[in-house]
Amino acid sequence: MTDAGLFQRLVERTGRVIVLRIDGVPVEAREGDLLITAILLHRPSLRRFEFADAMRAGFCLMAACQDCWVQLADGRRLRACSTPVAEGMDVLIEGPSHD
Amino acid sequence: MTEARDPVIAVIGAGPAGLRAAETLAAAGLRPVLFDEALRPGGQIYRQPPAGAERPPAQLYGFEAAKATRLHGVVARAAGRIDYRPETLVWSLAEGQLDSVGPHGYARLAYDRIVLATGAMDRVLPFPGWTLPGVFTLGAAQIALKAQGVALGRRVVLVGAGPLLPLVAHQLRKAGANVVAALDVTPFWPKLANLPGMLALPGTLAKGLWYTARNRLAGLAVQANVQALRVEGKARVEALVWRDAAGREHRIACDAVAASFGLRSETQLADLAGCRFGFDATTRQWLPQVSAAGRSDIATVYLAGDGAGIGGADAAELRGERAALAVLEDLGRKVDGARQGVLDRGLARHARFRRALEAAYPFPSHLLDNLPDDTLLCRCEGVSVGTLRDAVGRCEVTEMNRLKALTRIGMGRCQGRVCGQAAAELLARACEADIAAAGRLRGNPPVKPIPFRKIEA
Amino acid sequence: MTENLDVDVCITGGGVAACAAAVALRQAGLSVAVLEKRRCGAGASGVNFGGVRQQGRHLAELPLSRRARPLWDDLAAVLGEDIEFEATGHIKLARSEADMAELERYAEAARAHGLELTLLGANAVHQEMPWLGPQVIGASLSPTDGQANPRRVGPAFARLARKLGAVVREFTPVRHAVSTGHGFTVTAEGVEVRCRFLVNAAGAGGGMLAQAFGEIAPVTPLMPNMLVTEPLPYVISRSIGVCGGDVYVRQVRRGNVVFGGGGGWLDATREFARPASDQSLGGMMRTLQVVAGLAEAHIIRTWSGVDGQMPDDIPVIGFSATEKRLIHAFGFSGHGFQLGPVVGQIIAELVTKGETESPIEPFSIRRFGAESSSDSRANRHVEH
Repeated sequence: MTDAGLFQRLVERTGRVIVLRIDGVPVEAREGDLLITAILLHRPSLRRFEFADAMRAGFCLMAACQDCWVQLADGRRLRACSTPVAEGMDVLIEGPSHD
Repeated sequence: MTEARDPVIAVIGAGPAGLRAAETLAAAGLRPVLFDEALRPGGQIYRQPPAGAERPPAQLYGFEAAKATRLHGVVARAAGRIDYRPETLVWSLAEGQLDSVGPHGYARLAYDRIVLATGAMDRVLPFPGWTLPGVFTLGAAQIALKAQGVALGRRVVLVGAGPLLPLVAHQLRKAGANVVAALDVTPFWPKLANLPGMLALPGTLAKGLWYTARNRLAGLAVQANVQALRVEGKARVEALVWRDAAGREHRIACDAVAASFGLRSETQLADLAGCRFGFDATTRQWLPQVSAAGRSDIATVYLAGDGAGIGGADAAELRGERAALAVLEDLGRKVDGARQGVLDRGLARHARFRRALEAAYPFPSHLLDNLPDDTLLCRCEGVSVGTLRDAVGRCEVTEMNRLKALTRIGMGRCQGRVCGQAAAELLARACEADIAAAGRLRGNPPVKPIPFRKIEA
Repeated sequence: MTENLDVDVCITGGGVAACAAAVALRQAGLSVAVLEKRRCGAGASGVNFGGVRQQGRHLAELPLSRRARPLWDDLAAVLGEDIEFEATGHIKLARSEADMAELERYAEAARAHGLELTLLGANAVHQEMPWLGPQVIGASLSPTDGQANPRRVGPAFARLARKLGAVVREFTPVRHAVSTGHGFTVTAEGVEVRCRFLVNAAGAGGGMLAQAFGEIAPVTPLMPNMLVTEPLPYVISRSIGVCGGDVYVRQVRRGNVVFGGGGGWLDATREFARPASDQSLGGMMRTLQVVAGLAEAHIIRTWSGVDGQMPDDIPVIGFSATEKRLIHAFGFSGHGFQLGPVVGQIIAELVTKGETESPIEPFSIRRFGAESSSDSRANRHVEH
């Protein structure tokens, strides 16, 4: 579903298209997008919460709340609101669950 | 001890206060080391989009475009006289040494003086459903627009307790976002009553009134005196239910809620530096003690900007410059007394305005009344309000650090940034004690999470 | 306005051993006052690694440690509190052949004390724990050892002591204590206590109190430098130590990884211990070498605290050499946590019977005689 994401673009972007993956599925973002934007344009959340059956989608967008740390398939953990999206990032959202 | 080399001055934070401080020090012939976590300078209010998402300053900053542009150019204009370290976190501070981690890994810097310009974040209070995907802070709505040109959702509800609310409503509306409601949890009358005080800064007041008028003209009146909030939704926000002063409930279908209630100073580095803290009754926060000139009670530590008490971006610029002049004075250098006078008088006007503004938007403690036990309080660790009440009742907890040890409140990745103030308020209520008696969480490094990865094996 | 208390036993210090003693003494029907200078359980009892461990101890401690072990099984029920105790097993890693030989020697000696350890070779240890770094060539496993949450145990003991009728006073530092011939008078902040027995469980401050009664006990401050990560998927299934003691790591069920790194420092102006950033970085580096899978994790908090270090690495437990009815229990040198519950029982036995079934002779304060070498232990790696 194309409207499954949270964020909505208000400004048309004409920069380089960047392809990232979310749970292995390729999606498009633009150069200049933060990782959180790249994810939330396409999905309603960006990680499983560790301590309850719930998802999280970030909160403060200014690297203060620490609620937007995402797991990449290559093992990296990145704070999505302070990291620009890069080609080839493969974000795990519904991937291996934390237990 | 005489120094053959120039003293090392560290400035932490490249928002308006830090940039002005660094600029002033560089102009005096020193080479300050300016640390900032972000990719580009400007702080939050003048936040720049990442490379590739740039837009004209007038679109991003409105009335403040010229100010923003001037600040963004500080480092470049200094032509190497500012040792600028972006994407670098200062994670620990003690006795003349700071520890940083950035693109080049871990490093230490011995400093002679330090100017802490660490800014602020949104003041957060919990309400049922506030951790659902789609709930963000009010500041986040502004950042999403400014830095990324996005709205948080298709139908956005804004909730606030300060002048940020009408400003963000205006900015989002103008950019084409669908703001379906703007709710103010503070009452209307204090705003009228404090207009005279706000005349201390007529330009700022005029802008605020203008945003309010534009919103109203566009059919988006800010609803005042909202008494309670709750978000509904299963996996994401679906609606916001709010209660008005007459006790009636209203339900708005929405997919994003941007809610926060004023601002909160980021004081972690001041705490590690050993600054004496005092409880500020107006903002109900523990703040490092700072003189009008920006001196702390520690000879080598200076404080500027919102990180030492909320004053806004314009005041932050003045405080940054003023603190830098205090540094120069304390180093025995000649400073322009007339300029100090100008800054001091400007800051006095800002202080008068700020007092009126705080009175116009009083702390919305009513939001903490009658929170259901299952409302989450600590976001990081998933600890509920009920657990806090149980700890008070069963375990005789009266103080924040014991509360943390027993309930895990404040023990997560954000180390109490988000929940700390609300936790203290709720602890005070549960103990039927004064909030100052609840104390504050002890600070320890790192001030934000630091990676194993950058350690050289 | 000074509060006056008249009790059978006054205990200085409010850590686990002190409050466990208060509980045991109350159960024996004696009146008790506990005087803690800050918050109960927030000292060494609360800041330590959380290892509940028999393996690796000085052999003199093993009988006490073996006696303590079954107490941990019932502790949550006794305290009425989830203390997150789990017998995950403790595994001590060898990174050289010399280390392996040391583990073998210890395993043999420990067996004589009834502690069964299993030695594992390189293949076995890497098979069970594939996330260990390549320099690990073997290990000794103590399957009955484990871990608990130190931040909850001390306060829970204090609450139980109070519930049983002990007078527990926090933020009540002891100013001085004198013998009165038939007991003691202890003067503390806002409180004066008259008691028949005095228990010195004052941690790093135990030496000063001993000195007040003419005894030498060269205890020095030991400040562990501790770190904890964000919550991570649960992988580190056993509590880990190494030969040499410079790495100790455990993962709690919620996912945070707790580990240590060197020593903190005492902030004299603020009167408490703080972690040292260079020590933290060193601890991160050493831990990463042993648990390579932590490479992408982040540390969210570091802390320190003040424990009491004795020059021979074992505590002072037992009757004073100069004063009848003064009992010492301090200087646990970084490994008092697991012993806390049994030290409480031993103290109660000494008070009520004048003796204890546990062999505490090696811990006598008399071993320090008139002189002692008190070289700084601040940088010593201490096994946890």
